[in-house]
Order: sequence, then structure tokens, then C-alpha cells
Amino acid sequence: MGKMMNRPSNPPRRDISNAPAARKSAYGALDETYLPGLAAGLWVTARHFFANMALHLLGLVHPAARRRAAVTIQYPEQQRRLFPRLRTLHRLTRREDGSPRCVACMMCETICPALCIYIVATEHPDPNIEKQPESFIIDLGRCVFCGFCVEACPEDAIRMDTGIVEFSVRSREEMVYNLRELLSHEQVDRNVTVPLHRPEMRV
Amino acid sequence: MLVSLAIVLVKVVVVIGFLLTFAALLTWVERKQSAVMQDRVGANRADIFGIRMIGLFHPIADGIKMLTKEDFVPAEADRPLFILAPVIALFCALAAFATIPFGDYVRLGSMKIDLQVAKVNIGLLYVIVMLSMGIYGVVLAGWASRSNYSFLGGIRAAALLLSYELPLSASLIGVVMLYPSLELGEIARGQGGLLFGFLPAWGIFVQPLGFILFIAAGVAATKRIPFDLPEGESEIIGYFVEYSGIKFGMFMLTDLVETVVIAGLAASLFLGGWQFPYLSDVGFQFPGGGFVAVGHPAVVILQVLSFAVKVAVLCWFLMLVRWTLPRFRYDQAMKLGWLFLFPLSLLNIVATAAVVTWAR
Repeated sequence: MGKMMNRPSNPPRRDISNAPAARKSAYGALDETYLPGLAAGLWVTARHFFANMALHLLGLVHPAARRRAAVTIQYPEQQRRLFPRLRTLHRLTRREDGSPRCVACMMCETICPALCIYIVATEHPDPNIEKQPESFIIDLGRCVFCGFCVEACPEDAIRMDTGIVEFSVRSREEMVYNLRELLSHEQVDRNVTVPLHRPEMRV
Repeated sequence: MLVSLAIVLVKVVVVIGFLLTFAALLTWVERKQSAVMQDRVGANRADIFGIRMIGLFHPIADGIKMLTKEDFVPAEADRPLFILAPVIALFCALAAFATIPFGDYVRLGSMKIDLQVAKVNIGLLYVIVMLSMGIYGVVLAGWASRSNYSFLGGIRAAALLLSYELPLSASLIGVVMLYPSLELGEIARGQGGLLFGFLPAWGIFVQPLGFILFIAAGVAATKRIPFDLPEGESEIIGYFVEYSGIKFGMFMLTDLVETVVIAGLAASLFLGGWQFPYLSDVGFQFPGGGFVAVGHPAVVILQVLSFAVKVAVLCWFLMLVRWTLPRFRYDQAMKLGWLFLFPLSLLNIVATAAVVTWAR
């Protein structure tokens, strides 16, 4: 304490801890050589290599070991089960008589942030129902799969529960789905457990 | 005369075939090994008539792809140099293997054929020089493309390889002092003895520091991760940014051939080259006193196999390094080379010299 009191009063020092000359390593001299870090890293990957390699070799006689050797899902042959609430390709629901449930209220078209829904409304023959869509187009090239259209719909007329996730096509025109196509999509059957197709995994 | 020329030609064909096959296999090893290290399966989709062969057809698919892609030369590029650069790079990498012995000798009738393309009494210097010459290809590629990114990559390559040449060469001087020769076959032969009566007198056991330094500098010489500053694929792409098709393929192949050369050099200098533990010219001489006679052809096969296995193991290790470590920052790489590897290799020289002098 006394020592500090006797110290001559210096002007406040500039913080030069970040200046290049003053930068001091947070590591010891050994760590500065990178060697311990290198060895630790190599140990982790080598351990994984040998453990997985042993499982792969074991898999030659015992398929279960092979499955544990890699977390890979061999996609087209093996598929993951879709989460029930996953938003997949759209569909338009139908009434009892098969006509679209949609009343062309434009709610979905209005809320769509990607502006990918185009509806042309027309008179419905039934006087109790105000309107029906003459055309209902979803441009999947623009769709962001936010699901707002499903949320906005007052008639439960549009849903994203088809379970269809593979719909890549080769042209922009094919990405445009019309009323007939949207009505033809079916709800994925949740009662049937999707078989996890697992052929012999090839390494 | 004509016979010896034919023998040399056969050896050239064999060695270049071995190098290119090994390098092509390394692309497969690279994919598969990284996959196994990362709990994945790895490339396995290339098939011929439905046969997949655990992805072994991928190198072939790569080759076909590289050969059939558009071979583009930028309008502003220096055309002759642009075309010459990958040729120089690949030539130097392939030629560097010429003095590395892959076996002792074969007796054919009265002829004694050394199992190395060129028995040069400065073989070690030749390999180092050829590895350094490879810089020309890289720098020329960077310069001839007339692209700022490739130019930056070329400059980085020059700086990196110059900085790591010193520790690379200096780390070998200890070995040269202990097995007093610059001829790689002679050095390999010198490692045939035993230490303490049971340990093979390989360079790694008498020069452990030299081995570590050499591997570190050798990884830098191959320009691969963690020393891929010339490439820096996440930001500057590097000296081959303007290259496409087979010319790009040649640069990729160069890196892999250099990996094999570094592995071959390390095997010759530090792992006894073609020496099989306890195997002499006539048979196994075990330290306990047992002796198993082995015929000459079997000895040759065992020696070549031994060399191939050592190279393969070293390649595996280099791949492990490449798929484990992130890239050094430019200043870190320079610091590591000049302030750590180079002084340590000097220390290694002085210590080895002191021991050699004292022992004499």
C-alpha cells in the first residue's frame, strides 16, 4: 500500500494492450509451437477413423455394425420419415361433392409474402356460397413455403400436408401448379407408417 | 547399352505408372478417408453397369470429366505460359521421384538392376531441387492468368514454398550426417542395421525431431491444407482460379503426386526406405538369433512391398493432417516456418553434429 502511495503520479496511460508490439500471447511457449494443439486434433480424427474403420470391417460380417459406422442416410434408397407438421407441397381440399372448398376470398393471395398465388374468382352456382375460384395458380418457383396461406384460409381450403417433397422440374413453367393439379393432390396417410427403406448400406 | 536403356525406360514407365495410379487412388482415399473420419460413408455413386466397387470408379469419372470439360483460356492471359504452367508443375512433381529407391536391386542373370530410376550421387539434392522447381509452374500460372486472385495466389505460393524450403532441407542434414551419403539408395541401405540389438536403425529413431520437422515442412511443400495459402479456396481460390478442364486437373494431380513424393522421401530417409525389419539380402536375421532363409525374388518383393506400405501409411497420415487441421493464417504460417521450424532444424543439425563428432 505504502509503495503505491509513493509512486509518482503519471498521466493516465493509453491502453496499448492491443497494439502489435504489446500483444502478449494467451498461451504458453509450448502451445505457441502449435504442436499440442495439432496432436490433440489429430488424435480426435484418428480415433474416429479407427473406430469407424473397425465398424466398417465388422459390418462385412455383421450388418448392424456397418450401420453404426456412419450416420449417412443413402437418400434415394433410404428416406427419413417426414415430421408430421412439415410443410410440404400444397393441395386444395374438396367439398363432399368434389368441388373445391375454396371460396376465392383472396386471403391467401393477400397474405402471401412471395406473391406466388394467383386467383380468379367467379360466381358459384349455389346461392349459399358466394364465390368459387375459376383459376387458382401457385407458382412454386416463387413460393417460400411459409405456410401463411394455410393459416389465413377461413375455409380450410388450402393445406400443405401432401407429404410430397420431391417436385423438382427442369423448367420454370412446370413449377406453376393450376387448380386441377392442386385439387388432385392427396393428404399423406399418417396412419400408415412409412417404411424406413433400408437396403444394405454400401460403403 | 541398348539393354541398359531399355531397363531405364521400363523403370521410368513403372515409376510414372505407380505415381499416377497412386495419385489417382489418393483422390479416392481422400474422399473415403475424410468420410470415415467424419462418420460419413463417402463417395459411392459412380458405377459401371451397376457395380459400385466402394467408390473406386470415382477417379475414373473425375478423369473423364476433366478431359471432356471446356478447356478455357482467358482472353487476357499469356497463352503459352498459361498452357506451360501446369505442365511444368506436374513434370517437376513426377520427375522428383526419379532418385527415390523403391527397392534394393534385382539380379537378372549376371545383371544387377538398381530399383530406382536414376542412381545419382546427389539424389537427395535432386529431389529437393525438383520439388522447388515446382514453384515455377505455380508462380507462372498465377502470373499468366492475368487475374489478381491468381496473381495473389502465385505470390503466396512463392513466399510459402521459399520459407519452407529451408526447414525442409535443413531437417534432412541430420540424416545425411548419420548415413553419410546424398544418394538415397545408400541412405536406405545405411538404415539396415539394428539399434540396441533389436530396433531397426531407421532415421525416425535416430532423428525424431528431424522427422517431425520434415513432415511439417513437407506438408507445406505439397501446398495442401493446413498450408494451402496459395489456394485459399474460401477467399482467393488461388493460382489456378482461371484454370479449367484437364489443366486444372493437372494442378490437382500435382498436389497429390507431391504428397506421394514427400511420403516416398520421408520413407526413404526416416522409415528405412525399402528395408524390411530384420530382412537382409539372404533372409530374416532375427535379434534373438533365429534365421529364416528367403530367396532373392521373395526378398525383392518384400522390399518393394515394404516401401509401398510405408509410402501408403505416410500418405494416410498426410491425409489425416489435411482433413483435421484448419488453414494457417498467412502470418502464422510464416512465423511457424521461420521462427519455429527453421531454428529447430538448425538446432537439430548442431545437436546431430555434436553427437556424431563425440561418437567418433
